[in-house]
Amino acid sequence: MGYHWNWQIFLSATPSGGDTYLGWMLAGLKMTVALSLAAWVLALLVGALMGVLRTVPSKALQRLAGAYVELFRNIPLLVQLFLWYFVLPELLPTAWGNAYKQINPVLQQFLAAWICLGLFTSARVCEQVRAGIESLPPGQKNAGLALGLTLPQTYRHVMLPMAARLVVPPLTSEFLNIFKNSAVCSTIGLLELAAQGRQLVDYTAQPYESFIAVTLMYVLINVVVMTLMHHVETHTRVPGYIGKR
Amino acid sequence: MKRYIHLALFLSTATLLTNVACAQELTGTLKKIKDSGNIALGHRESSIPFSYYDDKQQVVGYSQELMLKVVDALKAELKLPALQTKLVPVTSQNRIPLVQNGTVDIECGSTTNNTERQKQVAFSNSIFAIGTRLLTRKDSGVRDFADLAGRNVVTTAGTTSERLIRKMNDDKKLNMSIISAKDHGESFLTLETGRAVAFMMDDALLYGELAKAKKPGDWIVTGTPQSLEAYGCMLRKDDAAFKKIVDAALAKAMTSGEAEKIYKKWFQSPIPPKGLNLNFPMSDDVAKLYKSPNDKAYD
Repeated sequence: MGYHWNWQIFLSATPSGGDTYLGWMLAGLKMTVALSLAAWVLALLVGALMGVLRTVPSKALQRLAGAYVELFRNIPLLVQLFLWYFVLPELLPTAWGNAYKQINPVLQQFLAAWICLGLFTSARVCEQVRAGIESLPPGQKNAGLALGLTLPQTYRHVMLPMAARLVVPPLTSEFLNIFKNSAVCSTIGLLELAAQGRQLVDYTAQPYESFIAVTLMYVLINVVVMTLMHHVETHTRVPGYIGKR
Repeated sequence: MKRYIHLALFLSTATLLTNVACAQELTGTLKKIKDSGNIALGHRESSIPFSYYDDKQQVVGYSQELMLKVVDALKAELKLPALQTKLVPVTSQNRIPLVQNGTVDIECGSTTNNTERQKQVAFSNSIFAIGTRLLTRKDSGVRDFADLAGRNVVTTAGTTSERLIRKMNDDKKLNMSIISAKDHGESFLTLETGRAVAFMMDDALLYGELAKAKKPGDWIVTGTPQSLEAYGCMLRKDDAAFKKIVDAALAKAMTSGEAEKIYKKWFQSPIPPKGLNLNFPMSDDVAKLYKSPNDKAYD
C-alpha cells in the first residue's frame, strides 16, 4: 500500500497554537463531551415534559406534543442543524441577526449545535417516556387520583418514578446516540472530536492514525456511559417489579 | 558448425526480443490504467474557475480541461482510444489520502505544490501560480491583514491558507476568530451572510467565488499576498513513468499556446454558472510557467 505509519505525530507540535496534535484531539474530546452532556440535559427536560403531555387527558395538549414529536423526528438531523445555524439568524429582524452573527463564532456554533441536538433527541426521549408511562397498569393513576392527589401530584409521586425506572435501558441508547450524533455538528465548523480528527488528517496527512485515535476516544466515551447507566439501573431498580430479581 | 551458428543466432534473437518485451512492461499507474481500461480523475466541486460543477452539474474548469488534455496524451501513449474516465469528486481534506490509496489516479484542481505535501504525493508540472489574499466587502474597512485584528475571518479547512492565518494569528497576536468552513462555497456563504468580515484564500479562487455573489460589485480582493504558491496535478509518489507522460502533456499544452487559450476561456471570458467574466489578467508568474514548465514548489 505504500503507507508510512507514524504514531509519533500525536506528540509532535502543531504548526500554530503551541500545542501537540494530541492536545488538539483532547480539546475536541472536551468539546464533544460538553456539547453532548448539555444537549442531553435539554433533551431530558423537554422530552420528559413532552412525554407527559402526550399522556394527559387533554386532547389539545396531546396533539401539541404529537406535532412536536413528528416535526423533530421527521427532519434529518443535518438539515435541522443547517436550519438552526444558517437559516435562523436570517429570519431574525436584520439588526438582531447582524448582532447575533458578530458574537464569537465558536459560541454561535455551540448554541446552534446544542439546541439542534437537544431538541432532536428530546423527540425520541418523549416517545420513550410516553411508552414508559403507558406501560404502567392503569390502576396506578386511578389509585393516585382516588387517594385525593391531583393529576400533577399523581404523575410526580406515583407514575413518573416507576416509568423512569422502566425506560432506563432505552434512555441509555439515546444517551449513547447523542454522543455519536454530535459528530454531525462538525459540518458547521464546530471543532469537536470528529472535526479535530479531520484537522489532524489535513495537517499531518496520516489519516489512519488520526481516525483510529478518534474511534478509540468514541469507544472510551461509550464505555464510560454504559458503565454509568448500568450503575444507575442497578441502584434504582425496584426489586421484583420487572422480570428477574 | 552450421548448427552452432543457427543456435547462436536463435539465442541472440530470443534475447533481443525478450529485452524489447521487458521495455514494454508497464508499472504502477500506467499498468493499472492499461489493465482496467479506465482512469480515475479527481476533481473539485466548487473551486471556481479551476474545477467545479456548472449549472448543469457537469465538471468544468481550467484544471479540468488541462487534465482532459493529459487523458488524451495517455490514450495516445498507451494506445487505448477507448479509455474510460471515472470522475471522482474530492475535497481539500480527502484529496491526498484518495490519491495515496489508489481511488484517484490523478487530481487536477487547485492543489498547492509544496515540499511538505511532496513527502506524501508527487506533483506534475505546475499549472498555475497564485498569491493568498483576502476577499471582503468594499465598505468593510479591511484593506490588509493587519486590519483583521479582533475580527472574524473565514477560510476553508485543509488548505494552506488555513495554516497561514492560524500561524499569523499566533505570531502577530491579532486575536482573530478563525472559522474553518467545509469548502470554498460554504466559506463564501459564511462571508456573504456577515458572519465573517473577510475570506482568506488563493486569489484565483477568490475571484471565482466573487463570480457567484449576488452583487459582485460589492466585493474586492485585497491584501498583500501572504504566500506565492504553485498549483500542480497530484499523482502517486515514486511513479516516474506516469509522471513523465503527464508532465510532457502539460508542457506541450503550455508551450504550444493551448494553455493560454484555456486560460483566456476561464479567466477572461464569461463562465458558468452566472456568465460573469472574472477579468483576471495573466500574472507574470503564470506567464513564466507557460514559457518554461516546471514542477518546483515555491517554498
